[in-house]
Amino acid sequence: MTNRLNPRLLGVALIAIALLVAPFALSGQQYLLRVVTTAAIYAIAAYGLNIILGLTGQLSLAHGAFFGVGAYTVGLLTTDYDWSFWTAFLAAIVGTTVLGYVSGLIALRTQGAYFAIFTMALGFLIFIIVVRWESVTHAHSGVSGVKFPENIGPIDFTEPATMYYFVLLFLAGAAYTTHALLHSNAGRSLVAIRTSEDLAKSIGVNVAVSKQLAFTASATIAGLAGGLFASLNGFIGPDSTGIDRTFEMLLFLLIGGLGTVMGPILGSLLVAFLFEMLQDLETYRFIVLGPIIVLLVIFAPRGLIGYLNELVPARFRHRDTTPEPVASTTVSDTTKDGAL
Amino acid sequence: MLLEVRGLGKKFGGLDAVKGVDLDVPEGQVTAIIGPNGAGKSTLFNLLAGFYRPTSGTVTFEGKDITGMKPHRTVREGIARTFQTTKLFDDATVLDNVLAGRVVRSKSNALDAVFHTPRHRRDERASKARAMEELEFVGAAHLRDRLASKLPQEAQKRVSMAQALATEPRLLLLDEPAAGTNDEETEAFGLLIRQIVARGITVCLVEHKMSMVMNLADQIVVLDHGQRIATGTPAQIKSDPLVIEAYLGANTDQAGAPA
Ligand SMILES: Nc1ncnc2c1ncn2[C@@H]1O[C@H](COP(=O)(O)OP(=O)(O)OP(=O)(O)O)[C@@H](O)[C@H]1O
Ligand SMILES: [Mg+2]
Repeated sequence: MTNRLNPRLLGVALIAIALLVAPFALSGQQYLLRVVTTAAIYAIAAYGLNIILGLTGQLSLAHGAFFGVGAYTVGLLTTDYDWSFWTAFLAAIVGTTVLGYVSGLIALRTQGAYFAIFTMALGFLIFIIVVRWESVTHAHSGVSGVKFPENIGPIDFTEPATMYYFVLLFLAGAAYTTHALLHSNAGRSLVAIRTSEDLAKSIGVNVAVSKQLAFTASATIAGLAGGLFASLNGFIGPDSTGIDRTFEMLLFLLIGGLGTVMGPILGSLLVAFLFEMLQDLETYRFIVLGPIIVLLVIFAPRGLIGYLNELVPARFRHRDTTPEPVASTTVSDTTKDGAL
Repeated sequence: MLLEVRGLGKKFGGLDAVKGVDLDVPEGQVTAIIGPNGAGKSTLFNLLAGFYRPTSGTVTFEGKDITGMKPHRTVREGIARTFQTTKLFDDATVLDNVLAGRVVRSKSNALDAVFHTPRHRRDERASKARAMEELEFVGAAHLRDRLASKLPQEAQKRVSMAQALATEPRLLLLDEPAAGTNDEETEAFGLLIRQIVARGITVCLVEHKMSMVMNLADQIVVLDHGQRIATGTPAQIKSDPLVIEAYLGANTDQAGAPA
């Protein structure tokens, strides 16, 4: 094997370094750091959706609502009920896991478009509850004064850079989990389901259980991101549970690359950047964004990561002949361009 | 008997696709199932592998009642199948396709993968080694990094056999393994099936190519309109008047063999 630098690893390293040094590069620019932190939180949620949609091939439109449930759990518990952030955050994670599990039991009885419609209805139901159940959720007044994470020893989370690194930790965890899944039998089962449910069955994949686990895990990750969002933002309103959130996550995934490891990060950061650039245009920014999306769909149907992977020389896409340990230079175990 | 089927039936609406079928599959042999188009051969396989729930009858595998068992459990029990129209994971490489066949024998779970436990690493190493062995066995090792969808039909059929073998079956159900291949390739598939049997795997074969069936089968079962109309050795079947009438017709070899 050649020991020339693998462009895939180089790409991952560049993104990782950029993310790590961002607070230094943006020092004195609090606002921009906050934009990047928010984008990172959305990226975590996109990783959640990526598990059920990107890997397993099931279009869930409830994930914006799961994000919102996580956000409201942290928001309400740390304000009206005066819980600490940490216990509320744990409750958000456990709560969205249970919610994901229970709704998965019902939603996954449906397939294809019916699954999409069912989950959209579920998301809408959650949105309606937030808007109507005023005595608990404060409806349109929203929840303000959501707590920052309490200090751990000398670590002060009101410091923007600290909060950023805290979020980054979860983002790295989500990306790594996706990578590990893709290189495991569990992930192979999911991708098998995405490609052909019949063939997946014929090799012994328990389709129902695999989908249930994927849906639950993806709800957990979305809910976790919601919890972080509430704390960072300090304020949340019903719009953080709406279908718009779901469509944003979809946009990040489509632009970055469905079912890939780096797609969610790249997509979220890029769209956040574009939104900032086009901020003055307000709602007209979609006039610019629209054509960009159309061009992407035409020229990079597998998203940016898919497009970049095609440029990677073949020798890096092919598997080594020797048994490969971690950080291999090889392509994903499941899809042609799943490795990044 | 490795597999015992009694009174098996499957109704689709008013249609009896399979009706009252008895079938004994002895261990270590090749049992061929033949019959005209629409006779219910594929439906029978789908019943055995758990893809369809029988509307009547029982299926016993290695002495265990597996009637109505879901595919993910029949595969675990040791029944593997290939499809009449070859199915592979199109956007995955050949090796990844065969690796997918190892999922059912894996002992590590998603958490093992995330925490990269020794169990996960052992499992991955063993899976890759086994998948490569099966690719070598079917003669497709050199294609390991190719995309499955880019392969010619014949190679795809080999890969799907390797995938089924990777699940470590005791019984392999092959639905028209030689369909759409030329004579030379058909002969090669015949050899491959013999090698599979030599490994101690019992084979059930649905095939329209009579030369292959007559060559390979220890036992032939003839289905017509969902019912079993004859059972016997190739010699017996060839001279059975019922079979000749229902299936072989006037033309003795290759009869009723649509493309
Ligand atoms: N899922 C289904 N729903 C309704 N009818 C079906 C279904 N599957 C098969 N059939 C019908 O059952 C009968 C048996 O079909 P089957 O596919 O088992 O035949 P076969 O013997 O495999 O034929 P061939 O040699 O053409 O593959 C046919 O009449 C077919 O139309
Ligand atoms: Mg058939």
